[in-house]
Order: sequence, then C-alpha cells, then structure tokens
Amino acid sequence: MNKEENIIVVENLVKKFGNFVANDNLNFEVKKGEIFGFLGANGAGKTTAIKILSGLSKPTSGKAIVAGFDVSRETDEVKKNIGYMSQRFSLYDDLTVKENFRFYGGIYRLSNKEIREKTEFMLNKLGMTDYRDMLLKKIPLGWKQKLAFSVAGMHDPAVVFLDEPTGGVDPITRRQFWEMIYEKADEGTTVFVTTHYMDEAEYCQRVSIMAEGRIEALDTPAMLKKQFGVKTMDEVFVKIARV
Amino acid sequence: MSVKLEIQELNKDFEKVKALKNVSLKVEPGELFGFIGPDGAGKTTLFRLITSLLLPTSGSISVDGLDCVSDFKKIRNLTGYMPGRFSLYLDLTVEENLNFYASIFKTSLKENYHLIKDIYEQIEPFKKRKAGDLSGGMKQKLALSCALIHKPKLLILDEPTTGVDAVSRKEFWELLKKMQKTGITILVSTPYMDEASLCDRVALMQKGEIMAVDTPEIIVNSYAGRLWEVKTNNMFALLSNLNEINDDIRLIFRFGETVHFTTTKLEEDTVSTLVASSLKEKGHENIVVKKTVAQIEDCFLALMEE
Amino acid sequence: MWPFIKKEFFHIFRDIRSMVILFGMPVAQVLLFGFAITTDIKDVPIAILDHSKDHVTREITSKLLSSGYFKLESNLKSNDGIGNSFKRGSVKEVIVFEDNFAKKLEKEGSANVQLILDASEPNTATMINAYTTGIINTHTMQMMKTAGKIPMSIITESKMLYNPELKSVYMFVPGVITIILMLVSTMMTSISITREKEMGTMEALLVSPLKPIQIILGKVIPYILLSFINLIVILLMARFVFGMPIQGNVVLLLLESIMFIVMALALGILISAVSKSQQQAMLLSMFGLLLPTIMLSGFIFPVENMPYILQLISHVMPSKWFIIIVKAIMLKGVGIAYFWKETLIIFGTTIFLIAMSVKKFKLRLE
Repeated sequence: MNKEENIIVVENLVKKFGNFVANDNLNFEVKKGEIFGFLGANGAGKTTAIKILSGLSKPTSGKAIVAGFDVSRETDEVKKNIGYMSQRFSLYDDLTVKENFRFYGGIYRLSNKEIREKTEFMLNKLGMTDYRDMLLKKIPLGWKQKLAFSVAGMHDPAVVFLDEPTGGVDPITRRQFWEMIYEKADEGTTVFVTTHYMDEAEYCQRVSIMAEGRIEALDTPAMLKKQFGVKTMDEVFVKIARV
Repeated sequence: MSVKLEIQELNKDFEKVKALKNVSLKVEPGELFGFIGPDGAGKTTLFRLITSLLLPTSGSISVDGLDCVSDFKKIRNLTGYMPGRFSLYLDLTVEENLNFYASIFKTSLKENYHLIKDIYEQIEPFKKRKAGDLSGGMKQKLALSCALIHKPKLLILDEPTTGVDAVSRKEFWELLKKMQKTGITILVSTPYMDEASLCDRVALMQKGEIMAVDTPEIIVNSYAGRLWEVKTNNMFALLSNLNEINDDIRLIFRFGETVHFTTTKLEEDTVSTLVASSLKEKGHENIVVKKTVAQIEDCFLALMEE
Repeated sequence: MWPFIKKEFFHIFRDIRSMVILFGMPVAQVLLFGFAITTDIKDVPIAILDHSKDHVTREITSKLLSSGYFKLESNLKSNDGIGNSFKRGSVKEVIVFEDNFAKKLEKEGSANVQLILDASEPNTATMINAYTTGIINTHTMQMMKTAGKIPMSIITESKMLYNPELKSVYMFVPGVITIILMLVSTMMTSISITREKEMGTMEALLVSPLKPIQIILGKVIPYILLSFINLIVILLMARFVFGMPIQGNVVLLLLESIMFIVMALALGILISAVSKSQQQAMLLSMFGLLLPTIMLSGFIFPVENMPYILQLISHVMPSKWFIIIVKAIMLKGVGIAYFWKETLIIFGTTIFLIAMSVKKFKLRLE
C-alpha cells in the first residue's frame, strides 16, 4: 500500500430522513495514515455521515468507499476494516481491562495468542500493566479513553473513527491521547476524528467543517485560517458554523 | 437580590474515594464564578453539595447565610439548578417542559416570561417540538430557561456547554453575561479551559482539590516562569526534541499549531537562539520561537505538573 | 399538583410500550386465560368397551355422550384394544361395562363399571373421572327412582359449588385482576420513577421546593386512575364476554380494589427507591413480585397443595388475600363480614408500605 492511497472516498453522498436532508451531496477523500478532523455544529450532520461511513446506515444516494469496500453493499467487509470509539460508547465498565481486550479481540476474530500479545504490548505502552485485572469502572476517565482507543485499533483497522474521544478529559491526558493518535497514524492507520476542542482541530492534517448537512470548508488548518483571514481555527469555525 | 456563597473546609468522601478535599472559597453577590476542571475534578459533587442533594462529610456551605444542611428547603427555593445531563423530559415539548418546571415552583411561564425572554425567543419557534428532537445547543437553552423560570437568586449550571459545539457555546456565554446583569449570582462548571476567561473569577479544580482561585487575569499574569511558543515543519518530532535541549525547558505541551514550553532559569535573550539552533541541528526547518502570553490552560497544566 | 399529573399522562400516552402494557396486556391476559388456557372439560375423546350391550349400558353411554363433555372416539371389541387406544393417545378415558350389567344391577343391586384414565395430565384426569362418575351416578339414581326400588348402595354425589359448571374463566378472572393491578401499579410506577432518575430529571425535581409526598402523589395518581380503568375493563369483559356474574356488591369490590391498587403503588415506590435503573426496577417487580404473585397466590396452583414453607410465604403475599376477597365478592356474593380479616391484612400492609415508601423516598441523592 502506498501512502497516497485513498482509504475513504465519498462521492455525491446524500442522506435524507423524510424531507430533512441530513447529508447534502458530500464529496471528499481521506488518505491512508491521514488524521482527518470532521467538525461541525451539533446537528450539522456529522453523526449521520459517520454512521454511513461505518456501515451502520445506508446512504439515500451517492457512493462511499471505505478501505476499498462499498459501504452500502459490502457492509460486513467495511465493518471488519474499521475501528470505532466514542465518548459515550467505549468499553464495558463491569469487565476488567484484560477482559475488555479479550472481548473486543474476540469480536474481530484475533487468535488468543494475538490478543494476549497485543494486550501486554498496549498495556506496557500505556504503563498500565498493573491495572490489567482492575474493573474498568475504577479507572479514571482519561485512562479509560486511552484504553478504548487502544482497543479500537487492536485489530489494525484501516480507519479508526473517533467521535469526541477527548470530551471531559484533563488537558494533559488529552495531549497524551493525541500523541497516541499520531503514533497510530504513523503506522498507516487513517484517523477520522470529531471534536469540540478547537485546539484539537489544529492537530489534524486536514479538517472539514460541516454546516446544515453540507461540507462548507475542507483543507489543512493553515490554509483554512488563511482562506478566512483569521488567526485560529476557532474563528474559522465560528465564521462557517454561525449561520 | 443576589446572594453570597461561602464554602468552608468542605470534604466529601464516597466510601474510600475522596471526591472533595478541603475546599474553601467565597463567591460574592452577583459574581459569574467558574469551576474549571476535567471530569473527576469534583465539580458535580460540589454542586450537588451546594444544592443539598448530597450531605458533606465535613465542612460547611452557606448560601446567603443559610446552611446547606439545616436550611436546605429555603435554599432550594432560591436556587436554579441545571444538572449535567440537562434534566429535560425528552418526550415533552419545549413548551410543556417549561410549563412543568414553572409549575413545580408555583409560578407560570406567563408570569415570568420576561426573565427568560432573551433565551426563550431563540427556541420559541420550536415550542411544539419534543425536547428529544432538539439539537444540543437548543436543548441547552431550554434547560437554562427551565432553571431560570422561577427567578432564582443563585443559578448553578453544571457543565452546560459540554458536548456543545463552539458556536453554541459562544452564544450560551453571551446569554450568561446578560443574565448576570440582572443581578443574579451564577456558578458554572466547565471542562473547556478557554471558557475561564469569560468568568469574573474562576477556581481551577483537579482531583477534588482547588488548585487556584482568582480572576482569570491574575491567574494568567502570575504564571511562574517565561512561556514560549515554537513552530516548525515537523511538529510530531518537536515534543521529544525540545525535551532533549535543556533541563530548564519544561512543561512542553502542544497548543494548537504551536508547542508551548516554559523556562525559569535560562537568560531570556538566549532562549530563542538556543532552541532554534538545537532544533535546526535535529533537522527542523521553518523554526519560529517567540515569547507568548500564558492562557488559563497553560496555568492549569503547570498546576497539574506541580 | 395538576401539572405534575398532566405531565405524567403525557409520558404514558407518548410511549407506545407503556400503552401496550397498560391497555393491551389486560385485554390479552383475560382473553388468553378465558379462551386459550382453559381446563374446562369439553369433547373429551373416550372409548367404550361394552361387554354387556344391554339397555342400561346403552342408556348410560348416550347420557355420557349427550352431556357435551365427551366424544366417542371408538367402540372397542375386546380388552386388547384398551392399551392401544391409550398408546395412540387418541382417547383420554376408556369406560368398561362388565358382562350382564343390567341383570346384575337388577338382581344384586350393583354392577361394575371400570373407568380407565390417561393420568399423564393428573388434573384433567381427576376432572374427567369426576364428571364420568357424576353422570353415571345420576343415571343410576334416576333409574332406581323410576323402578321404585330403594337404592341398596350409598351413592356418593359431588356437587360443584359457586362454579357449578366448573368454568375455569371464573377461576382466572380474580387472578388476572390481581396480576394486572399488580403489574400496572407496581411495575409501571417503579419504572417511571427510576426513569426520572436515569434521565437526570429527578435531580431537578429534588432541588425544587416540592415535598416528597407531592412528587410521589404526582407520579402515582395517574396510575391509580389507569389501574382503575383497567379493573373496569376486565370486569366488563368477564361479564359480557364470558358471561361471568358478579354476585356481590360491585361498590365493595371497587373499594377493595382501590385499596389493593394503593398498596401496589406504594410497593412500586419502594422498589424505585432501592433500584438505580429502569432495568433493575423492572427485574425487581417482575421476579420479586409478579412471579410470586402468579405462583404463590393460589391463582394457578392451590395453596393447600404447596409445601408448608411455601404456604407460609404465601401468607405474606397480599395478592393471596386479595384473590380471596375478589372471589368472595364475585362468586359467593358475600359481604364484608366474611372477609374483614383479609381486608384488614391488606389495609395494614398498605399503611405499612406507604409509610415505608414515604420514608425511603429521599430528598437527596444518597
């Protein structure tokens, strides 16, 4: 695989709920190993788009290819090749760290040996080996989110979708989380991330901003700031999203 | 009509977990006071203690001279509280939610319409829509209207902006500022550090403790050490490379498109040349190093590292 | 208070699941118990082996078959056929008349008829046995009367009181009323209160100047009304769909029911006080209340047949006493004098539960 390969290709994607157009003709590509920020106001259609890209919902018209598979026809293949994590849905509180790894590894059909090795490797990296038998509910939020991200990337998916992964996390852990994102992207995994922290938008290689179901801007943070003649991504966002 | 809040040596334990450790502070009448900190800092616990939903393990809280434990019924009459999860009936319409909250405080939407006019006007076109079908920003405005409908003297908002997009957040703070002008005392908690500058005074919280209480300006101005920002073409390697330059280069954190670091001992004039040349040796290009002004987040990070 | 109640009704009417449980379930249950799960004896397939083939056996046979309870599957020729008929499962009973049946009866004053029953369903078998014996005995008696002879042997006669036709729907209606009231009142209130906890709206209610009793009443009054409507629906269905008479005082029945409803609601509040989620509340009311109500209240299984320990437990089930009361009013048509003890037990439980639930209902989160 070469670095320039497109992992996500979206062409004329439309999703309607009755008369309401949630996604209005989306067109974009995301490259292999890219960190792609997917921003927009609440209700702009981000969640709908992510659901389509992760095979949970079918587009009304248009095409979306993820990891080489068509999301509306090859849903199962798409699901095998993506990882997903959000603030709301991550890991099971009443399972231990190890059991969570086992469970998700099992879902993606990793062998027992692979699961064991990956668990040890990731816990080592997070410095959490002593916590492997601890129930997840006893672990602080920031660590939980880091674990959830590790689990989402355990089966080496082509794309990881992160839906507000750092909400409510302290500023240090938030930065450590982004270090993990960078590392994962460096290994060739595409990271597709939404966030409400505008400084995090700057950490993305390219950012798209949605408003009212359409992608209103898509470029590198530097270019976007230049295009709108402002100093921060926050200002770019406000200019686009404040309708 | 506004009230004063006094918290003295407040402790709250949940079994073995110390959720709040020795918290003391005063909020003056009419202040817009912010509690800034991540999840697990103890903000929600503190608010639940003030609203007398929880009982303190030790210490005391008084609202307008009323004790939060013994006079809790009186306190409940003069506080408006917006819990973290917005506390709306999702199967009721906007209007029904408001009417209901008005009725439990023995008032009505009509009677107190002027109090919430500014906020309610923005959601009024959707008054027949169910609360569950509103966007995050609109839910937040409805919840605020519900908390305000009985003309409280103390308004307590637990993370009203969490999970809400940056634009709705800005609008929400503009509303709060307007509210404050009516003389109401407002306590608000938030995990977004950038919102601190919008408060009169803030308490920075972490793991059940208050690390600092002051106006945002004073907190920012009293930042210990000199703060710098760096930008190069290789941001990924920048963090570890900066770390290797000098022991005095500490608190290295990414801040948007730049990296911030702090020095205390190094001569001010030497820092930028030292950093620039060292980074150049390590293969960085387009290096920009310059002094910068601390933000609340810098202060928070510094306090966390202490 | 009114806005609170109004809001509660909105919740109920906008939630399709609540509506189904509230109004679909009662109707479905009554119809189910009334029509489908019936233990009535009707058209039971039987075989007859008549060794005698005289006028008496023929008369008895025609009496049996014209009763409507039995249906002749086959006339057997010899004893060999008996085993096969049962093995094939085609008959539930074989009636064997001995040789010279009429002669023996006239001469000796007694003759033998053998009833062989498929007892794999003991309850049904017992009933079939009772019905058959009853019909034969009645016939024998008539015969002797017409013949002007004094019967030589004592004829046992069983008579089914209060439910002369042994209609099972009569048995089930009181039980169904109890279950429905329990389900609607206890489960629905506990769920609706815990839902507010889950949604975080309870926090806002607690912080308001509302008193606990106001919150409780606001949550509970709609369910009192709905349970009451349910009760009426079930009674109307019992009366007009199944033709079940209400012998006693209807007002008394309604009053007793309201007391039971209030008790069930108090129980629901208590459950919501100890459970953290809707799920927990549902499980608690299902397994902690509903199943024991069905199993131990004498609704399906007679309390007298239970092991001693379970009998003891059944005494604590308010539903057991309520079923006794409902049966007494509906079937026996007796007044309060006959069940004041049971009424007192439920009344006491109600007061106790209300006190407990008001006490347990916290104005704080811990």
